[in-house]
Parts: sequence; structure tokens; C-alpha cells
Amino acid sequence: MRRFSVLALLREGLAGQRGWQPQWRHPEPKPAYDALIIGGGGHGLGTAYYLAREHGLTNIAVLEKGWIGSGNTGRNTTIIRSNYLFPESAALYDHAVKLWESLSQELNYNVMFSQRGVMMLAHTVHDMQVAKRHVHANRAAGVDNEWLTPQQAQAFCPLLNIGDIRYPVLGAALQRRGGTARHDAVAWGYARAADALGVDIIENCEVRGIQRDANGAVTGVETTRGTIRAPRIGVAAAGNTSVVLRMADVELPLESYPLQALVSEPVKPVFPCVVMSNTIHAYISQSDKGELVIGAGTDAYTSYTQRGGPHITSHALEAICELFPMFRRMRMLRCWGGIVDVTPDRSPIIGKTGVPGLYVNCGWGTGGFKATPGSAHVFAWTIARDEPHALNAPFTLERFRDGDLIDEAAAAAVAH
Amino acid sequence: MLLIECPYCGERPEPEFVYGGQAHIARAADPAQLSAQQWTRFLYLRDNKRGLHAERWRHTHGCGRFFNALRDTTTDQFLATYKVGEQPPPGKDPR
Repeated sequence: MRRFSVLALLREGLAGQRGWQPQWRHPEPKPAYDALIIGGGGHGLGTAYYLAREHGLTNIAVLEKGWIGSGNTGRNTTIIRSNYLFPESAALYDHAVKLWESLSQELNYNVMFSQRGVMMLAHTVHDMQVAKRHVHANRAAGVDNEWLTPQQAQAFCPLLNIGDIRYPVLGAALQRRGGTARHDAVAWGYARAADALGVDIIENCEVRGIQRDANGAVTGVETTRGTIRAPRIGVAAAGNTSVVLRMADVELPLESYPLQALVSEPVKPVFPCVVMSNTIHAYISQSDKGELVIGAGTDAYTSYTQRGGPHITSHALEAICELFPMFRRMRMLRCWGGIVDVTPDRSPIIGKTGVPGLYVNCGWGTGGFKATPGSAHVFAWTIARDEPHALNAPFTLERFRDGDLIDEAAAAAVAH
Repeated sequence: MLLIECPYCGERPEPEFVYGGQAHIARAADPAQLSAQQWTRFLYLRDNKRGLHAERWRHTHGCGRFFNALRDTTTDQFLATYKVGEQPPPGKDPR
């Protein structure tokens, strides 16, 4: 792997930019590997990277049915935060934030992680109670989160309209370590670093079946590019996880919904932070390219179409226009949907499946991007050692049977 | 936005409806006899089909009644809607 540096930039600038190499290979799949990862998004590529770097498993491959980062990794609104209510969640997501802080250096790839602060607005008395409970719980768990008055919220984000709206802003919870990152760069950075360690990244390779031996253990997969044998398989297929795991007769508590987002035309830097409102449902930040990146809610019904209804995006824009009247004449450039796999308690499932050699990392629902490095790190541990890392041990599939839910859905008291 | 055919009111726009999840999940006749695994299946495990899906909808801002629908989750096209208690049209049962 040729390292990126200021010197490399200078050298290529003087040489007419003709010396750059492809950032990863496009190998043909081998007949057998030590482990396979199904799903070439951030979680899957990151898992392959940590398997190779921290656990010495380099004879592995990532199978992606489209191109890497073409699913939810390239479709989210890039928000990163860790201010979840329950200690299990706060620990897992904060593990990710800590990895984010050094990810660009570790991968030698600028993922443009920007800790510009994530501010979550409260519009009702109930919102305030929930938000303050989160602030106190986070501070007790060592995760930064602070309560702002409406005036402090407006000082932090001067464009915010706190008064003259149907649901006035009554306060806000601010996580200053939260922020955004460039989502494509996360997939590319992990792919490049994993490839350099010997991992095969195989695109346009859809898994059609999972092969098992007489004891039920996995032995390989059938794909659109032939049969590939492996004794260990990790699935990080987001919205399609139910489809993949049904090939091994594993039933999951998942439902896949479209989640939509949209971006505006690019403008000069005007928006200094990330603002989220669960109650009137809109998320907004500004990318380094200048586009306003706006998140809407999920559609009502399960679907695999990667698109949703326009009434969902209009609803988000109505909220944005109330909160930020300055944006009322902005034009929207593009909108799209991603398919998110939602669990009943809105917490992920990372662990074993009951089938020997088969592991799953799913159920991230509407908020998986922020967890990418942490999720990949503990999932690699789980696959390499056949036992969960301490951080993902509570996030089992069995928690639904045993009643050990990590109920962030009820904690947030809103759809999220 | 989808157009949904309520079996009682006819075709109406999606915002009049509320989605009710997977259809034909029967409550056990004797809940006290269910094992933890059976409760898990009833409460949490879902087919999450890629393709033909039998699901419930409620015409909340109309007649207020629940009904069932068959929809292809790869296109969002409705193939049929039918009343609660009825079975999917012959030859189209996704189960």
C-alpha cells in the first residue's frame, strides 16, 4: 500500500497526477478462505480489517453483491454520537466514538471525522424530561452530554429559530464529541487498509446459499461467482440480513424499512453543527461539499425497494423550514432511501446465531453508521475467538427469548 | 406515496392508513402452555420477506377497520387486499 502524505501529494502534483495506484485489488474469488464476511459496507469491511490486523486472519474475503459502500454506508446522514440511555449502549457507541477519533491516522485515509457537536432539541415537557434523563445517565457513564437552555442552543447554532414555531425549542442536549464523517471514505479507507493486509474484496458477488455439514456447521457459500468454502462466516448485510440468514434457517427479530434522506444544492458554510429533532422529526448538518444533509423518518411499511414516499421527505422539510427559516428557499438536489433492519428494542444484534461458525451483526436500524468502527472491532473479536467481546456480550440474539432487552426504543420515546 | 385498496372503502392514499405488521400471526389458544422460544416467535420473530408479503393495515382515517394485504416488498406493488379472517387469494399465499 502506498501511503498517502503531503509529500506524496506534492510528488504527484509535480508529476501530473499520473502515478496514483488503484486503492484495492479486484481479485477472483479463491475456492476457500479461513473466513468470509458477507456484506461490503463499513461494518463488513471494518470487520475484515480488524480480523486481519488484530487477530491475524488474513486469508479472508468480503463478499459484496453490488459495489462496496453501495448500501446504507453510502446512504446515511453521517451523524456520529454516543449519547444513548442504557450503559450497554453508551459503552458500545462510545467505543466507536473513541475509534473514530483516531481512525484517519490508523487507516492513513482521511475519513473527515469532524467533532462539530450533535444537538438534540426538546420541544415538549416530556422531551425535556427524556433528554435530561439521557444527560444525567450519560454523565454517570462517563459519556459527555450537556443540557442547554433555548438561548444557549441558539448561541451554539445561530440559525436556529427557538420561538416563533408551533413546537418552540424548550432546550437541547448537546454532545460536543459528536459530529459527522465522510461515509464513502469510511468504506474506501477500510477496504484499502484491509486489502493491504491481504483481504480479498469481491464485488458483484451475491450469496445465494449457505452450505452446512452433517452437524449443521457452516462449510461455505454458493454465490453468483461460484462456490466458496469457509469454516467461519460473518454476516453484516444490514437490510438484507433476514434474507441471508434464512439460507441457514436462522429466524431473526428484524423488519426492514426504507429510511430516506436528501441533500440540498451546495452553498457556502452556514451550518456549524448537527441538529436533530426527534419530536418534529428532522436531522440536519452541512457536508464539507456544502450540501445540507437532511434525514427524514422511516416509511410505515417493510420494503426492500431503497425508496420511499415523498410525503415522508416533505414532512422532514416542513420541520427544517420551521426550525431554520433561512432555508425556506433552498432547493433540494437529490433524495434516496436505504433499507434499515430494525429490532424490537432498537438495539443491534452482534454475536452467534446458534449455527456453528455463523455470526451475525445486524439490527442497527436507523443508526448504524455512527457505530461502524466499534461494531466492526467487536464483531471481528467475536468471529476470531468464537465468543463475544465484553462490549457486545449483552447484544445477543437470545436476549429476545430471555427478556434482556436493551430498550432504546422505549428510552427515546419516539421513532428513531 | 402508495394507493391502497381498503376492502370496505376502496382506493385511498397511504397517509389514511397505519401499517400493522406481518399478518396471520395467531395468538396461542392456551398462552400459559407456550415455551419461551414459542413466545419469542409470537412476539418478535418476523418473516421480513423479500418478495410477496402478507401484512395488516388499518384504515385509521377512514372506516377505522383492519384488513390484510399482499404486497411485493421488492416493488411495493399491492397484489390483493382482503378482510380480516380471510385467507390470501388462492395461489398467492406467501407463507
